[in-house]
Amino acid sequence: MKLVPIAALLVAALASPAAFAQKKYDPGATDKVIKIGNTNPYSGPASSYGTIGKAIGAYWKMVNDKGGVNGRMIEWISYDDGYSPPKTVEMVRKLVEQDQVLIVFQTLGTPPNTAIQKYLNTKMVPQSFVATGATKWNDPRNFPWTIGWQPNYQTEGRIYAEHILKNNPKAKIGVLYQNDDYGKDYLKGFRDGLGDKTSMIVKEVSYEVSDPTVDSQIVQLQASGADTFFNITIPKFAAQAIRKAYDTGWKPTHYLNNVSASIGSVLTPAGLDKSVGLISTQYFKDPTDAQWKDDPAIKEFHAFMKKYYPEGNLLDPFNLYAHLVSETLHQVLKQSGNNLTRANVMKQAASLKNYRPEGLLPGIRINTDASDFAPIESEQLTRFDGMVFQRFGPIIGK
Amino acid sequence: MTRRQLIPIAVLLLAACALPLLVSDYRVFQFNLVLVYAIALLGLNLLTGYNGQISLGHGAFYAIGAYCAAILMDKYGVPYWATLPVAAVVCLVVGFLFGLPALRLEGLYLALATFALGVSLPSLLKYHHLEKWTGGVQGIVIAKPEPPFGLPINADQWLYYFTLAVAIVMFLLAWNLLRGRIGRAMVAIRDQHIAAEAMGVNTAMVKSLAFGVSAMYTGVAGALGAIAIQYVAPDSFNFFLSIVFLVGIVVGGLASISGAIYGALFIQFVPNIADEISRAAPWAIFGIFLIGFVYLMPMGIAGAVRMAVARLARKAQNR
Repeated sequence: MKLVPIAALLVAALASPAAFAQKKYDPGATDKVIKIGNTNPYSGPASSYGTIGKAIGAYWKMVNDKGGVNGRMIEWISYDDGYSPPKTVEMVRKLVEQDQVLIVFQTLGTPPNTAIQKYLNTKMVPQSFVATGATKWNDPRNFPWTIGWQPNYQTEGRIYAEHILKNNPKAKIGVLYQNDDYGKDYLKGFRDGLGDKTSMIVKEVSYEVSDPTVDSQIVQLQASGADTFFNITIPKFAAQAIRKAYDTGWKPTHYLNNVSASIGSVLTPAGLDKSVGLISTQYFKDPTDAQWKDDPAIKEFHAFMKKYYPEGNLLDPFNLYAHLVSETLHQVLKQSGNNLTRANVMKQAASLKNYRPEGLLPGIRINTDASDFAPIESEQLTRFDGMVFQRFGPIIGK
Repeated sequence: MTRRQLIPIAVLLLAACALPLLVSDYRVFQFNLVLVYAIALLGLNLLTGYNGQISLGHGAFYAIGAYCAAILMDKYGVPYWATLPVAAVVCLVVGFLFGLPALRLEGLYLALATFALGVSLPSLLKYHHLEKWTGGVQGIVIAKPEPPFGLPINADQWLYYFTLAVAIVMFLLAWNLLRGRIGRAMVAIRDQHIAAEAMGVNTAMVKSLAFGVSAMYTGVAGALGAIAIQYVAPDSFNFFLSIVFLVGIVVGGLASISGAIYGALFIQFVPNIADEISRAAPWAIFGIFLIGFVYLMPMGIAGAVRMAVARLARKAQNR
C-alpha cells in the first residue's frame, strides 16, 4: 500500500502549514545569515557610549555560539560615527546599500538618529530600538519604520514632578540640566508634570557636555534658596553634583535622573555616604547593586561579560542595557521565523506582548502594537539607602 | 592654458560625468561629498595657501552656509538651488567682517581667533533665542531634491551632477581670480607683505577680501553639504571639522587648485579606510596615514603629482 505514506505526508503537511510555508527574505537575510547594521560613537565626545556597540557585538557572538536564531547566524556590522550626524548618514547608507543589512538596530543619539530617520523610512528599512530616550521615536503614523526602546525622558520627568507635588507641594525647586535635547526633554516632561505650578521652580541652570565641572552651577542653585534639586546630568557630572551639593552643606531633596542612577559609576565616585536619600527611577536592575547579587538574570549577565566581553567594565550599566536591548531584538527575530522580510521584522517588533527580558525590574513588561512604538513605558521610584536602591511605590506607567 | 594642461582636465571632467552611471548610489553619494569638500578646501586654500593666513575656524563658515540653506528651505520654502547664492553672500559678508579685525592678528594669533569662532559656533547654534530658526540641538531636517524635467536619473545622481556643475563654476572663478591682479597681490602679501605694500598693494583690503571670498567658498560648500546630507545640527559642525579642512589642504597641496580635489578625496576616504583596518583605533591608523603622506609628499599630493609629471616629461625629452 503505497498510498499510506503519501496520505500520511499529506496529513502532516496540512497539520503543520508552517513547515511548508514559503521562506521569505529581503536583502540581508538568507537561510544561513541575518545581517544587522549599527552605528555607534566609538570615537569623539560621546565615546563612553561606545561600549554599548561592543557589548551588543559580544551578545550576538554568544547567540551564534549557541546555534544562532532559528538556525541562522547573526552578522553584526557596526561602524564608528563619532556622534556626527553627517557621518551617521554616510555609514547608514553604506550599511543599507553596500553591506545590504536586513535592519538597522540601536543607532545611538538623538541627532544621529534624526539625520537617518527620513532616509530609512523612505527606503523602508527598520530603524529598530534606537538608543535614545527622546519622545519622538514613538510616531508610527509618520515614521512606521522607526521604533524606540527605553522609557522616554519626558515620562520620567513627569514622574518626579508628580512625586514632588504629592509629597512637598510647597517645594522650591532648583534644576540643573545638560544643554541639549536630552536635558531639555527631561525638563519639558518635568514642567508638564508640574502643570500650572511651574513657579515652584525657583532656578534653572544648564551646563555643556564640554564643561569641566558643574561646581559653580551647584553654588548658584544653593544660593537660590531651593530645597529640592532635580539633577538632569550624565554620569560624570552627576557624581560631581552629588558631591558638591553635599560638601557645600546644601541638603536638598535630591532627584537624580535615571541616566545616572548607577551605584558603580556615579554614587561610588561621589561617595556613598553623600548619596543617601537620592531619589531616582529605574527600569532595569543595577548590576552593581548588592540586592541583585543572587538574581539569576544578573548572574547570567556576569557570566556573559566574563566569557564574551571580558574587557568591558562590569560597573558600567550600559553593558546590561546593551544585553537587554539585544535580547529584545533576539525575541523579535525568533518571532519572525522564516519570514525575514523587513516588513515582517517591523511587524513583529510592534507585536511584543508582555515580553520580559529578566534583567528588567520585576513587574516591568514590554508591550507594543501597531499604534504603540514605545516598548518600555514604566518605571519605579527608588531611594538610595546608603547601600542599595530601595524601590518604593508602585510601577508607574503601563 | 596650453593643450598639455587642457587634456588632463578634459579627461578628468569626462570621468567625473561618467562616474554616477558606473558606481552604486552609495558611492555617488560619497563622491558628492568629495565635491562638496573640494569646494570648501579650495576656499580655505585661497586664504591659507595663497594668502598665508591660517584659519582653524572654517568649519564655522561651512556651518553658516549649511544653516542658510536649511533654514531657507525649511522655513521659507525656497528651492534648494536658490539657497546657494544666499549662503554665498551671507558667508562673504560674515567672512569679510571677521577678516577686518582679524587683520591685526598675524599667523598663530589669527589661527587662535578663528579657532575661537569654530569652537563657539556650535554653542551659538544651540542658543535658545535662535532656536526658532535653527531648531536648537534637534537641528533641521530638509527634503532631498528630486531630478527636474523628468530626467531618467535618481535623486543621488541628480544631486551629484548639480554639485559638479557648481564645483566647476567655483573652480573656474578661483582660477580666474588667482591668475589676475588680485591673485598676484594675495601671493605677494603671503611672501613679503612689506614689499607688497611698498608696491602699492592695499594689504588690508586684499586680506579682508581674501577672507571673505574664502568664507564664501566654504559657505557654498556647506549649503551643498546640507542638501546632500538632508540634515543640519550643531553636532555636525564641531571644531574637528575645521581641523579636518586644514588637514585636507595640507595633504592635498597648499597653494594648488588641484590640491583641493586630492585633499577632498583624502578626508572623505582615508578615515573610512582607517576604520576598516582597525575598529579599535581608527584614528591611530589615520594618524599613520597622515604622517606617511606628509613625509613622502612634503608638497602635498598635488606637488608630488607635479614632480612626477615633470620627471616623466624630462625622460620623454631625453629619449
